[in-house]
Amino acid sequence: MIYNSLILSIVTFIYGLAGVIYLFAWIFRKEGAAKLATWVAVIALVGNTAGIVLRWIESYQLGSETGHAPFSNMYESLVFFAWTIAVLFLLVEKRYNNRTIGAMAAPLACLALAYASFSPDKSIQPLIPALKSNWLIAHVITCFLGYAAFAVAFAVSLLYLVKSKDEKSESNAKLHIPPLSILDELTHRLVMFGFLFLTAGIITGAVWAKQAWTRYWSWDPKETWSLITWFIYAAMLHLRMMRGWRGNRIAVLSIIGFLAVLFTYFGVNFWLSGLHSYGALSQ
Amino acid sequence: MEKTTKITPGYAQSLWRFLSSLKLTVVLLFCLAGLSVIGTLIPQNISPQDYVRLYGLSGYRLLLLLDIVDMYRSWWFVGLLLLLVVNIIICSIDRLRVGWQVIFVRDPKFDLEQYRRRKNAISLESGTPADHLRDVFMRIVTRGYGFKRLIPIKGGFAITAERGRWTRLGVYFVHLSIVVLIIGGYIGSKFGFEGFMALPEGEQSATIELNRTHQTYTLPFEIRCDDFKVTFYEGGQRPKEFRSNLAIIEGGQEVLRQQIVVNAPLYYKGIGIYQSSYGRLDNETPSFGWGQQAPQEIKLSIQSVASGIIYDRTIKPGEPLQLPEGLGQLVIERYEAAATFQNMALGPALIATLTRPAEAAQTITLPLKFPKFDAMRRGAVIISVVPPKAAPAEERFYTGLQVVYDPGVWVVYTGFILMLVGCIVVFFMSHQQVVIEAVNRGNGCHVLVSGKANKNQMGFQMKLQRMAERLMAAMESNETEGAGK
Repeated sequence: MIYNSLILSIVTFIYGLAGVIYLFAWIFRKEGAAKLATWVAVIALVGNTAGIVLRWIESYQLGSETGHAPFSNMYESLVFFAWTIAVLFLLVEKRYNNRTIGAMAAPLACLALAYASFSPDKSIQPLIPALKSNWLIAHVITCFLGYAAFAVAFAVSLLYLVKSKDEKSESNAKLHIPPLSILDELTHRLVMFGFLFLTAGIITGAVWAKQAWTRYWSWDPKETWSLITWFIYAAMLHLRMMRGWRGNRIAVLSIIGFLAVLFTYFGVNFWLSGLHSYGALSQ
Repeated sequence: MEKTTKITPGYAQSLWRFLSSLKLTVVLLFCLAGLSVIGTLIPQNISPQDYVRLYGLSGYRLLLLLDIVDMYRSWWFVGLLLLLVVNIIICSIDRLRVGWQVIFVRDPKFDLEQYRRRKNAISLESGTPADHLRDVFMRIVTRGYGFKRLIPIKGGFAITAERGRWTRLGVYFVHLSIVVLIIGGYIGSKFGFEGFMALPEGEQSATIELNRTHQTYTLPFEIRCDDFKVTFYEGGQRPKEFRSNLAIIEGGQEVLRQQIVVNAPLYYKGIGIYQSSYGRLDNETPSFGWGQQAPQEIKLSIQSVASGIIYDRTIKPGEPLQLPEGLGQLVIERYEAAATFQNMALGPALIATLTRPAEAAQTITLPLKFPKFDAMRRGAVIISVVPPKAAPAEERFYTGLQVVYDPGVWVVYTGFILMLVGCIVVFFMSHQQVVIEAVNRGNGCHVLVSGKANKNQMGFQMKLQRMAERLMAAMESNETEGAGK
């Protein structure tokens, strides 16, 4: 019996629940509810971790040939994506001692898992020859740490825009959001973190491609889109560090950057074909 | 003349300023991002027929004109990349010229007055005179700071310390890494090659077809495929492993034997041999030849030109055979696996002696591949070898090998490492300077903790706060000790 997909479906709802409680706590300013939201998110994260570990173990139970780390297709990568988002936003929440980011980030984790559940084939498949490489694990982990950082940065940028609009408007609701300067700084730090891991992800992918397909770079659509994302965030970092761009403009760039991430991740699989075809949902 | 000499520096200067500007960097990054999208939407390097089918003839002409069929190597895309490299280099030179003195300074100077006035400075009051705190403070500050100085000032002392001055170089690592990457890529495309070889089991070859130009290229060694195996997972079409046993033959000598699979290529003399595909040798044309040795019995087809009748006969090598219709006697002398006739390669052939009545014996060649060959002799009899049937037992495969030589790959990998290290330094390390000043005031003293960092102000402020807390704790324990005495 395979339990991992069952656990992961349940976890989807727990993330959703956490998001709702976060939102409730934020709008009605209930500190107790916010604490509860954190605990629910932690439970979801534990479940998510258990799901990944279980999938790993169960892949070996299906036969030693089938056994592999669960990072090999769209479904498994989405599950890991949700996990990295949860880890990152909980860390940020603890460090900055503010429980509003969860209202934006927990739904993202929930969406990632919900989307994963649409995957037509959740069964564990043995690896095809090209995927049998330790670079696969390094590649997926670095990429998704980067993507998750960009996702949380996106959530923080949304908060920034909400807050800055609210401060300008006359009805000033005085939303319980961290000060703009902190949100701006947080976006920047998350983007730096994400950029480092995106770079590492592209590099590990290149080294692996060299081994499996003889070239470290072949302008395959996925590679090209990851480079497009890299260009956008590189421009953003330069504008902030050298030109002193802050605030709304940086928030907007961070949102554009995340859209490029989404396209790299999903769009390419849907509309463009290439080496990464095994990452596609349909088989 | 005079005018131009006056104007030129102005032009050069504004060109330099343009090429070093951040605006150019950002515009180039966005342009490269935007233009790269085109190549992911329009398929690259497919056949002209496919382009015409997709975009029509005039569409294809337009794509050709704009170099979009191979846009990542087009003059405009490569030009933008080179412009970015020039921009990176010039801007780095510009910044380094100014930054050099700041980064490579032996004895950094601290303007104490400036630190006293900083907004983030933290003030503490102590019940102990400054002199008593000097050693304790020095010990606390020393932790983690490479450079520190004790400066005596009026009525007390100041400690200046700093670390991470070198981290200001991080950005140049990143910029350099991009230049190194582009150089590595250029070396690979200029001096390297990559091609494909479909090598049937049991055969050897030194010829590959280059992927880009489709020309043939001869390797400095031969590759022999001793065995190829493809395995599938149980109950499915999912391939599990492609495996080739290869041998490298150089100057007729076998120099290396290695098994390759996907993700584990073989390298010989810098040339990588990768398992990339495989195929079945379908409709196997009858395998001519018997390998290295002829069998004990050979079937011949003997046609008399006079009667037109074809006779089937079996002959043993070395034993004479009387031909029908009194056409003479035939002896198989030997078998050659690779026979030639007037410098023409015939493949496997039998060499035989034909003795016709009342004629001199003549040597004839009977190639297995060409049954009509003997007719060219225009004799009274045409002899041909009945081709041996191919052994139907084992299906044969060819292994698809990518053969790649890329002398730039280590340059590229060096660029990768430089970039990662550079990014870590730029993003997570900073140049931090702290000043701690203690000046006697009344019975105790006034302590000021101040400092600055070139990045991550928020994080640095927290650090400064922690430093102040440590100093405070030290002062308190100092006071209680003093009271104890």
